[in-house]
Amino acid sequence: MQLIVDGNSHEVDVEEDMPLLWVLRDELGIKGVKYGCGVAACGACTVHVDGVAVRSCQTPVSDVDGPVTSIEGLGKPEALHAVQEAWVEHQVAQCGYCQSGQIMQAASLLTEIKMPSDAEIDEAMSGNLCRCGTYPRIRAAVKTAAAKMQEA
Amino acid sequence: MGKVGKIARRTFLFGAVAVAGGVAFGVYKVRTPYENPLENDLADGAATFNPWVVITEKQITLITPHGDKGQGVAHAQAALVAEELDVEFGQFEIDFGKPDKAYWNRALAGDGAPFMATDESFTAEATRSFMGGMIKLLGMQITGGSTAMPDSYEKLREAGAVARETLKLAASNVSGVPVAQLKTANGAVQLPDGTELAYTALAGEAAKVEPVTEITLRKPSKWRLIGQPMQRLDMVAKSTGTLDYGIDVDIDGMVHAAVMCNPRQGGALNGYDASTAVGMRGVQKVVDVTGGVAVVADNTWRAIQAVQAIDFDWGEAPYPAEQDGHWAAIEASFNDDQLDKEWRNEGDVTAALSGGKAVEAAYRVPYVAHAPLEPLNATVLVEDDKVTVWTGHQIPRMLQDQVAKVTGHTSEQIDLVNHFMGGSFGHRLEFKHVELAAEIANQMRGTPVQLTYSREEDFAHDFPRHIGMARGSGAVKDGKVTAIDLQVAMPSVVGSQMGRAGMNVPGPDMQIAAGAWNNPYGLENFRMRAYRVPELAPVSSWRSVGASAGGFFFDSLLDELIHEAGADPLQERIRLMQHDVSRKVLETVGEMSNWGSPVGPNKGRGVAFVESFGVPTAEVIEVTNSEDGITIDKVWVAADVGTVIDPVNFENLVQGGVIFALGHAMNSEITYSDGMAQQANYWDAEGMRLKQCPEIMVRGLENGDQVRGIGEPPVPPAAPALANAIFAATGQRIRELPLYHHIDFA
Repeated sequence: MQLIVDGNSHEVDVEEDMPLLWVLRDELGIKGVKYGCGVAACGACTVHVDGVAVRSCQTPVSDVDGPVTSIEGLGKPEALHAVQEAWVEHQVAQCGYCQSGQIMQAASLLTEIKMPSDAEIDEAMSGNLCRCGTYPRIRAAVKTAAAKMQEA
Repeated sequence: MGKVGKIARRTFLFGAVAVAGGVAFGVYKVRTPYENPLENDLADGAATFNPWVVITEKQITLITPHGDKGQGVAHAQAALVAEELDVEFGQFEIDFGKPDKAYWNRALAGDGAPFMATDESFTAEATRSFMGGMIKLLGMQITGGSTAMPDSYEKLREAGAVARETLKLAASNVSGVPVAQLKTANGAVQLPDGTELAYTALAGEAAKVEPVTEITLRKPSKWRLIGQPMQRLDMVAKSTGTLDYGIDVDIDGMVHAAVMCNPRQGGALNGYDASTAVGMRGVQKVVDVTGGVAVVADNTWRAIQAVQAIDFDWGEAPYPAEQDGHWAAIEASFNDDQLDKEWRNEGDVTAALSGGKAVEAAYRVPYVAHAPLEPLNATVLVEDDKVTVWTGHQIPRMLQDQVAKVTGHTSEQIDLVNHFMGGSFGHRLEFKHVELAAEIANQMRGTPVQLTYSREEDFAHDFPRHIGMARGSGAVKDGKVTAIDLQVAMPSVVGSQMGRAGMNVPGPDMQIAAGAWNNPYGLENFRMRAYRVPELAPVSSWRSVGASAGGFFFDSLLDELIHEAGADPLQERIRLMQHDVSRKVLETVGEMSNWGSPVGPNKGRGVAFVESFGVPTAEVIEVTNSEDGITIDKVWVAADVGTVIDPVNFENLVQGGVIFALGHAMNSEITYSDGMAQQANYWDAEGMRLKQCPEIMVRGLENGDQVRGIGEPPVPPAAPALANAIFAATGQRIRELPLYHHIDFA
C-alpha cells in the first residue's frame, strides 16, 4: 500500500493491521515518532493524518486515508515550526521522549483553535503523558506558539 | 583514531572525535593514578592527561560522562568546563565518552555514609572520606543519588581551567608573548595586539607541553554561565524528533527482538508452546533466555505480536502471590530480631510517652513502578572478540561486567555506546534488560539485536520502589511537640538491587531509614528504628529512594502531632528546626505561600519538609475540596542546593519532581495478585495529567556550603504536603499512599 509521509511517497508491504507507528519507525526509519504504551494511553506516538492528531500506535496502517506528518516533517532543527520554536524558547523538554507527541498534539490544537483558552489547552493536552512533569512549560509554550502563529 | 573517535551517531551533538594529534586536558592526572582512557589510542606526539577535554585541529569536544536521563546533566557538565575554558555553546561538541574508572563518582560517598547531611563532625567527614576512597578504588562510575553536580562542580571547572592555562602556555610558546599578557575568550587565546589564536589551531603545540596544573578557579562573581539561564544543548533536538535514544538505534543488519519473562518475577519457565509464533510473518527465531523466551523478527511489532502468541507455563513466584501476603510480612517484621538499626535515640522517648500518646498511627506506602516513557531497550552485537552495546545506562562499568558474564567476554571487551535516556527514575540503574539482549545476541553472533520491551513487559518487570510501613507515636505538651517514636519496616532496596548484580552489601540499609532519621529537627525526645523485611518482590531505587517513603512517614506523623498540640504547622516546624539552612528554607516557603493568610472555604494548605541528598526542601500545597473531589491548586517549593547552576533547568526539575511525586501519591501503585503485577500499562498507574497540574512556584536558595543536585529532593515532601493539605481542607487524615483509595481527585 502507498503512504505519503512528510511529503514523500512510500510503497509499503505490511499487514493491514500493523499500527502506523511501527510502519513509520521500523519500515520507514522515522524514529522521531516514539513508542510509549501501544494502547493510546500516553500520546508519545502522535502524528498528523490530514493535519489532525492521531495516536499512530492505535491506527492500523490500512485506515490511514490521508497524508501523514511526523515530528520530523513538522519542522527541522534549522527551520523550526512555531510550536517547536516555542518549545525551545520555554525550555520545555527534560528527557524529551514525550515531546514529539506533545508538539504534534499542540500543533493540531492550534490548527483547530487559533487562541485556545486555558481549559481548552488542558483538555487537548491531557492525553499526552509526560513522566518528567514538564506540564507547566507545555502550557506556557502552547500559548506562546498560539501568539506566534497569529503574528505569522 | 581514539576510542572516542569510534563513536558514530547521527545525533546533532555528536561527531567523530578525532583524538589523534589532539590534546586532552584536566586535573585528573594530578589527582589519581588511573590511566587516561584516551591515552592508548593517541598518535605519536599527542598528549592527553584527562578524560574531559579533547581539542584537535578541527574541534573541541567535552566529555560528559554522567548519563542524561532528562535532568540536563550533559549540558550542565559541559557548562562547568566551558565556564573556565572560555568556550561558548556552539563552539564545542559533547560526548558521553567510554566507561572508565577515571570517571569515578567523588560525591557518592557524601550521601552513602551513615551520617546526616548536616553532620560535619570529624567522624562523619572521616567516614565520607574513607568511603570516597573505596568508590575511587572501585572506579565506580555512576549517575544517581543526585550526585552529578556535586561530583562535577569542582573537577570539571578545574579540567576547563587546566586546559585554558595549558593553551595559554602553548600560545606563549608560539607567539613569544609571556603567559601573563594573554587572555582567553570565545575558544581562542588573545594576544595583546588583538590577534586571536583559536584553541583548535593551538592543539598541536599544546600537545607538546606538560599541562599546567597550578590553576585558580574563578570567583563566582566572574562567572559567565553558572547561575545564568542557559539554553540546554539538547533542546532543539528534543523538540524536533532528531535526538536518538537507545530505542532509536538502527544498525545495518539489525534484527528486532521482544521478550516475555515470567511475570512472577524470578519464577521459573516450566515450558512453552511457540508453534503459532514461529509461523508468524517476519519471525526469524525463537530463543530461550533466562526465565523466559524471546522472539526475533524483522520488525518490533511483529516480534511483540509473536512473543505474545506463545503459550507459557510459568512457575510460582518466589514471594507471596497476593498483596496481602506482602503486607503481612512487613507487619511481622517489627521485632528485635529484624531490627536493622536504631538510627536515632535522643532524650527519653519511653518516659516522654508514658504520660500518654497524643498520636498513635500506622502509615503505608506501596510498590510503585518507574515506568519511564522510553521502554527499556538495548541493542547488542556479539562478536568473538568484542561486544558492542547501544543503550542508555546509569552505571556503565557495572553494565560491562554484567554483559561480560552473559557472553563470556572480559569486561574490557564490552564496548558501551551510551545514549540519552527517555527517562529513568532509577529504572536504568538495572541490568536485566541489557543482559537479556546480550543473551539473545550471544545466540546470534555477528547480528546486531535490538530488544525492546513492550510497555506491558516493562510494567511486569519494573523492579518497583519498595513497599513499607511505619508505626509512629508521639507526645505533645504546652502547645509543642515533645516526642516522636517512629519505627519503619521495609525490604532492603540496596540488598535487592545490588544482589541482582551479584554484590552483597553488608551492614544496615540506610534507605530503610532515609527521610525519617535524618531530619534536622531538635526534638527533645526522638527515637527512630528501622526494621529489615526479608526480600519480597524484587525492588529497586525509585527517584529519591528511601526518602520517598520515610519523608511521608515522618512528616505525616509530625503534622498529626502538631495538630494535636494545637500549634501552627509551619511555625512549629520552624521552632523545632535546629539547622539554620533548613530553617531558612521553611521560612522562605512560608513567605512565598503567604502562609497564615485566609485560604477561603473548602480549601486547605499543608506544609512538609524533608531533607534528602543533602538538600533541605520545603513545600506548601493548597487544595480545594469540591463535589468532584480534590483539586491541587498551587504548590510552593523552597530548596537549598548551595549553588543553582542554571535557574531555568532548576525550576523545570523542581516542578517535574513535584508533579512526579504528586501523580504517584494520587493514583499510582503496583500490587501483586497470583504473583504478578496487576498494573499493565499507564491507564493502571497514570500519574498526573496536564489538566490536574497545579501552579508550581519555585525558589532555589544558596545558603548551603556545598553544591547539591536537585533531581530527587523535590519528590519526598510532595506526598506528605498533599496529605497534610487534604487534612486541612477536609479534616480527613490519610495515612496511606496512593491517596485515591481514600479520597477522589477531580
